[in-house]
Order: sequence, then structure tokens, then C-alpha cells
Amino acid sequence: MATIVIDPVTRIEGHLRVEVEIDNGKVVDAWTTSTLFRGLEMIVENRPWMDAWHYTHRVCGVCPTPHGHNSSMALEDAAGITPPPNARLMRNLLECAQLLHDHVLWFYVLNGLDYVDVVSALSAKPASPTLAGVQAKLKAFVDSGQLGFLENGYWGHPAYKLPPDLNLQLAAHYLESIRIQAVASEASAIFGGKFPYQMSTPPGGYSSVPHQDQLDQFEFKCREVADFIDSALLPDLLAIAPFYVDQAAIGAGHGNYFSWGVLDEDIQTGDPYKRVFPRGSITGALQGDLTVSPVDHETDVREWVTSSWNTQYDGGLHPWEGVTGPDFTGTDGIAEIDRAGRYAWEKSAHLKDAPVEVGPLAQMLIAYLAGGPSHPAKKLVDDTLAAVGQTGKPAVLMSNLGRIAARVLKVKIVADKTFEYLAQLRESMAGGDMEFYTPVPDNPTGKGFSGWDAPRGSLAHWCVLDGGKVKRYQIITPSGWNFAPRAGDKKVRGPVEEALVGTPVENPEQPLEILRTLHSFDP
Amino acid sequence: MTDLEGIFAARGLTRRDFLKGCGALAAIMGLGQAAVPQIARALEQAAQRPPVVWLDFQECLGCTESVSKSRYPDFSTIVLDMISLEYSEALMAGAGVQAEQNYTDSVEGQKGKYVLVVEGSVATKIPNAMCVGGRQSVDIARESIANAALVIAVGNCAAFGNVQAAHPNPTGAMGMLAFMEQEGMDIGKLIQLPTCPVNPVHVTSVITYFLTYKKLPELDQWRRPLIHFGRKVHDECPRRSHFDEGRFVEALGSPSEDERLCLYKMGCRGPHTYSDCATVLWNNRSNWCIGAGQCIGCSEKDFWDDFQDFYAPMPGVSVPGLGGIRVSADTVGIGLAAVTGAAIVAHLGVSIAKGRLGKNRDETVVEEKEA
Repeated sequence: MATIVIDPVTRIEGHLRVEVEIDNGKVVDAWTTSTLFRGLEMIVENRPWMDAWHYTHRVCGVCPTPHGHNSSMALEDAAGITPPPNARLMRNLLECAQLLHDHVLWFYVLNGLDYVDVVSALSAKPASPTLAGVQAKLKAFVDSGQLGFLENGYWGHPAYKLPPDLNLQLAAHYLESIRIQAVASEASAIFGGKFPYQMSTPPGGYSSVPHQDQLDQFEFKCREVADFIDSALLPDLLAIAPFYVDQAAIGAGHGNYFSWGVLDEDIQTGDPYKRVFPRGSITGALQGDLTVSPVDHETDVREWVTSSWNTQYDGGLHPWEGVTGPDFTGTDGIAEIDRAGRYAWEKSAHLKDAPVEVGPLAQMLIAYLAGGPSHPAKKLVDDTLAAVGQTGKPAVLMSNLGRIAARVLKVKIVADKTFEYLAQLRESMAGGDMEFYTPVPDNPTGKGFSGWDAPRGSLAHWCVLDGGKVKRYQIITPSGWNFAPRAGDKKVRGPVEEALVGTPVENPEQPLEILRTLHSFDP
Repeated sequence: MTDLEGIFAARGLTRRDFLKGCGALAAIMGLGQAAVPQIARALEQAAQRPPVVWLDFQECLGCTESVSKSRYPDFSTIVLDMISLEYSEALMAGAGVQAEQNYTDSVEGQKGKYVLVVEGSVATKIPNAMCVGGRQSVDIARESIANAALVIAVGNCAAFGNVQAAHPNPTGAMGMLAFMEQEGMDIGKLIQLPTCPVNPVHVTSVITYFLTYKKLPELDQWRRPLIHFGRKVHDECPRRSHFDEGRFVEALGSPSEDERLCLYKMGCRGPHTYSDCATVLWNNRSNWCIGAGQCIGCSEKDFWDDFQDFYAPMPGVSVPGLGGIRVSADTVGIGLAAVTGAAIVAHLGVSIAKGRLGKNRDETVVEEKEA
């Protein structure tokens, strides 16, 4: 038995420490520890209710758009108001631009270096002047002796399987993706003011009125990103998948999935079961149960603090009764953890009394299984399964490779939807509907909830308002689900802890395979 | 052909494009085109790209995200050609011990030579609320700041603690200026670029300025460069003429917003906020906050506490007018919007009667919160 500690886990949002136990070349147990606490839920208390979305927006600078949307929608729910259809379209479009940016960035910059050996690309025989140029650039970079962020990577590790030519192609697309994700963010800025942190979606709807030239600019930017998805991202997925089929047998986890849903199709009501990625949960998929069930946040969601450095309470609490309070009991610097005790800042969110995986894999599985025969996920997933010789077996998606594929296929659907929503908006405005904002009440009192998925998985905000002030505010982020530490009476492992079990580790000094399982969740 | 030209050529770019890029940087820094050859020379002659250590403390990674959206120069040019990014949790290929090796190699191995970029605040009241590699943020900050040649605090978190430092500041979140003063460190090597997130234009601007002139640009009391934080948003706002003429947005998302009238009555904090957002804009000049929402004052210290109630007009703003009546926070408290409104109307009379002249700019009265 050997212990590996990875701290920091790099190429993620936030701060993460992971400790695993290795036996016979495989992970046999794992502990995930969030090493950052800020307390935004405490800070937003007693603030004016209309302001709350600006504060809670700041939870995540990589996925700011859905935090802003969820906050405003939870506040709208508490205040008893409904945003106009045009505002729902604007929020859809902002979310599309966020997703176009996020999934492209994740595939190449955050996850890509686990599969692409940049040093191997130097020995490729470039097939085009462009690739030759990229290779010359990389060579000059390496020859400079200043490897910078590529220094001490796991180059040459036997788990890298791509031939040099493919490594070079992916390295070239890595550089190109940096430009493309910036273009997607420019689309976000056109409707949001800037990215990260749009300024245009307070409670009530959309605070500005888009002009025609902005609609055009937004479309041009998104077309450029969509072209990249068609010409680089999808082909790259299909090109690398055959070299990494081993990843289809690694990282399964608990087999419980859930999504709040994202992207409104019913723009009158925002019905979450009619979203492009609809609301739903799957329990026990590894046992063959692929039934998609509805989710009732009041009865189904509980947050535990069994292993958390949080004010302790008994059992699990619904977020409207939730408690956030720092109570650190660990070792200074989090240099060591108490595996049997409390070991993380993150709380543990459970759905229907179980830890549950969230993210594009969950979203795509639910859309595939519950979206009906005409849902675009149906054809994309079926075609992909056929391409890898697994027709009719969506269960193979429950793996590291499945998470990668799910993100790429999902963003293809998002790209197509972007232009549909834009056309809908143009039609609505041309028809004379210029309503983007619903007036809000002065001093609302009430409870609010909104569940709307972030790029990396299920995200929800809950608020309690009293006379126009925030009385209580709770957020469950995707990490609150995926990176939950052990919780509940049985102290069952969190989803990522469970997914790590069984991950092979060739060389404990270079834990590349562990990073692959971690990055498949896009922490 | 210089290396840089070769790299540009590999991308199908010419020396002309390279010089154009230098021209853009010169413009951003408020320098004339005469500075272009000097900038080009500085960038080309940097035989060793300057080592940069980018540390993340209590943050949301939004500033890394923002800088990665830089377009002129683009982010891959920055990390491959302009600087040597020795440590960045967001980008490094290696993790754990390999990542920490990069930290040690720079902070100890290149003592006094590297540029330290800090994203995020340090946690001082609950030091274990922010740890990396088995160490508390305060310990990492002490060591890495002491050994750095230059410290750039990017974003409001690193500068002032930002949202996590807002009341009741549960973790004792602290920005670099306050932290370095508390620790008795030399603040002479500190430059702060608040806004939430940092504007990538500000980052490339100060790095290029430093490479070109080997010194810091002129700074204000918060160690913000005056080239970027020397003027109020309000003073450079394209909607300013509507403020002067009394044409206000009366409701969010309304026809008056469709006309892009002044957002003051909706709560815009532009009159209290020092930043050049109106001229450098955001995301490759795609838009800015006032183009789709409004300013909440994110370049200022403690703006979450001092500027809150963001959708109510900020008291303490008077409208232009030669020798006009000054409305202060004392006479118009928060919640007394009606009084403010009356004052605006009174001032507008003066403004309209006398017309707005260039020199009126200085007479827009704002209660300076740092005063």
C-alpha cells in the first residue's frame, strides 16, 4: 500500500487536494479535500435583495453566467415574478456563449494535457505549413530552456498513447482553442457587458435592450466558435478516442446521475422538464436501471456536514434551513487530513439520500433517455456508440472517456441551439415584442429556488427574503455534488472519491492517470 | 529575422503586424506612436522571457479567465513569447509535487528576478481557509512576495479582498496592499489592478511598460496606475452627455435604455469609480458594463459595502453646473432618492442654462470615498 497526495490539483477551478491509497497498481481508496473557504453565503445575508445576484455571481469566475442566472431566478421565485420571454431568450443566449467557451477551453487547455504529449509533437512530420509553423514555435519554446507552465509535466509517460502527428495536431488546436474561447467570451460580453460576470441579468429579466448590430456581432462570434467545434473539436474527439479506449473502463463511480436542466425551450414558463437538457435523475445505472425520474428539490435535496469543516448539525438539511459556518478542525496548512474525521471545506450534497454525479455526462444521459426520439442527443450518442462498436450500450459512457465524449457532443448541441434562439429573438423583436424586463416589487418576502445547470454540472441557489433583505442564502455548486466528502450515517464516499477507486497508477511518482479521472469531472 | 518575427511568420503574421501590436500596446499605455520602436526593441531584446509566478489564493479564477481572453497580444503570445509562466495552478501540466517543484525553482531559484502575479486574497483570520500544497496562503504570500522583483495584484480580491472581504469578512480576507503593510514589507514593488475581474488590457499594459521602461508607471494612493485608474468612469462615459442634459433611463430594459440614456437613476456607480473601462472596454472591445447593465464600482476598495443597494441612485453626486450646489452624502442619505432626484432637477437647470464646457468635467462633484 502506498499513499499519494496531489496538492494542488492543477488545471481546475478552485483549490483541491486529493489523497489516494494505492495497492497493486490501482487506487483502492480516495479522499477529496477542497482547501478554500470564502463564506459568500454569510456575506450576502442582510443585503438588499436586488443586490444578491452580484455577490453570489462571484462564486465562480469560470462558470459565472449560470451563477448569475440562478441567483436572479431564485430571487424572482421568492419575489413572485416571472421574467418576460425575451429575457429568457437572452439568458439562454448568454448561457450558450458561456458553454461554447467553457467546453472548448476544458477539452484542450484543462483536460487536453492529460492525453496530449506536447514534447512528442516535436518529432511529428507536419502535414501542412500551418502545422510546421506550430511545430517550429513549440521547438523554439522548448529550445529556449524556459518551459514555464509545461515544465515538470509527465511527458513521455507510458499512458500517453497518441502518435507524434496527432500530438502535433492537438497541440496546434490547443493554441487555436485559446483564441476561440476568447471569441466565445466576446459573444458573452456583447449581451452581458463583459465576461466573466455579466451585468445584464438582474432579477426581473434582462436589463438592457439589444440592438440589431449586437445581435449580428453575437451571431458572427458564435459562428466562428461553431466552425471550430465542427472542424476541430468533434474530429479531435473521434481521432483520439481509439487510442484511449482503456478510459472507457475507468472512473465509473456510483452510477447515480442528476441534472437540474439547462436552456429553456418553453420560454413562457421555463418548465425545467422541457429544457434542451431536461431535469431528471437516474439512480443505480450501474445495476442496469436507466429510469429517469423527476426531481423535487424540497424532498430530494439534503446537505450533510459529516466530514466538513462546517458548523455541525444532525442529519442532512434542506438548503432553506441550511447552515454555513466555518469550523476548522484539521491540521495547519491542511498538510495532513484526518481520514476518519472531518477533512474538507466542501459540504456534501445528497440527492434522494445518495451521493450523485452531475455534469455533461448526466445531462447527456438524461437527455438521451428522456428527451424523446427527436432529441439531438439521441442521434449524436447513437452515432458515437456505433463509431466505437458499442451500439445500444449507453452504459459504456459511464467512464472517463464517456465524460469527455459527453462534453464534446453536448457543446455541438449547444452550438446549434444558439442560432435557433437568436432566430427566435429576432422574430420576437421584429414582431414588436420589445419587453425585456418585468418590474420588481419593492420589499419582497418569500422563499426562492432556482436549479439551472452550470457547464460542469448541477447548480442551484436558494434564498429566503424578508422585507426586501436576504435572510438566508444557500448555494449547491457542481463541486458540492461531485466533490462531496464522505457523508451520511454510513459515510459513503463522494462521487469523485468513488470514481477514483480502481484507477490504475503506473508510477506513483507521476500520477497522470489520477488526474485523468479528476479532470473528467471538470472540477 | 528575430525570433519573435519568426514566430509571427509561423502564424502568417508579418513584422508589420508585430509593430501594429506594439502600437496597440503603446496606445493602451497612453503613449504616443513614437514609443513603438522602443517597445518593439524591449520585447525583442528580452533574451530571457521574464519569469512570472502566478499564485491563486481566495479567488474564483475569474482573473485567469479574463487574462486568457486577451487578444492584442493574444494569450498564447503572452505565455509563449512575452513571459515565462513558471507557475500557474490553472495552466500547469504538472500537479502536486511536480507543481510545487516549479514553485520552489522560481521562488527560491530565481530570487529577486521573477514577477509575482497574485490572484485572490489571503485569509488572515482563518488562515486554514486558504491552503495550497500543505501551506497557508499567508505563509506562501510572505515568502513569494519577499523574493519577487515586482508584485502585480490582479483583480479586486488581490488588491482589496473583494467580495470575501465584505462584511462580516468571515475569513479575514485581505488584499496585497493591506497585507504587505501589515507585514512591514516594502510596498514600493507593488502595483494593483483592481476591477472584478482584472481587465487583461491593464495586465499587458503594465507588463509591457515595465519591460520597456524598467520601472513602474505613476501610481495613486492605492497603488493603481494612473494611466488606467486616474479618471472616473463617469467622465469618459459615452452616455455622459445624457447625464448633462438630464436624459435618464427610467426603468431597466425600457425604451429609455434602448436609447442608451444615462443610468445614474438606475444606480450606476460610474460617478464614484476610477477606471478607464469606457475607453479600453472589455473582451477585445466587445462591450462594457454600462453597455449592458451598469457600473457597480468594482475598481474601488470596499465597494461591496460602500456602494451596496446597487439599484438605487448613489447619494453624493451632483450634476454639472458652474458653481452648482453640491449634494453630499450627509444631506442626501441612502433611501432619500426623492431628494437626490430634486437636486438633480435643480442642477439640470444650471447645466442646461450654462451648457456643458470641457472644463466642467472637474466640477462634477463626487464625495471622494477615500477622502
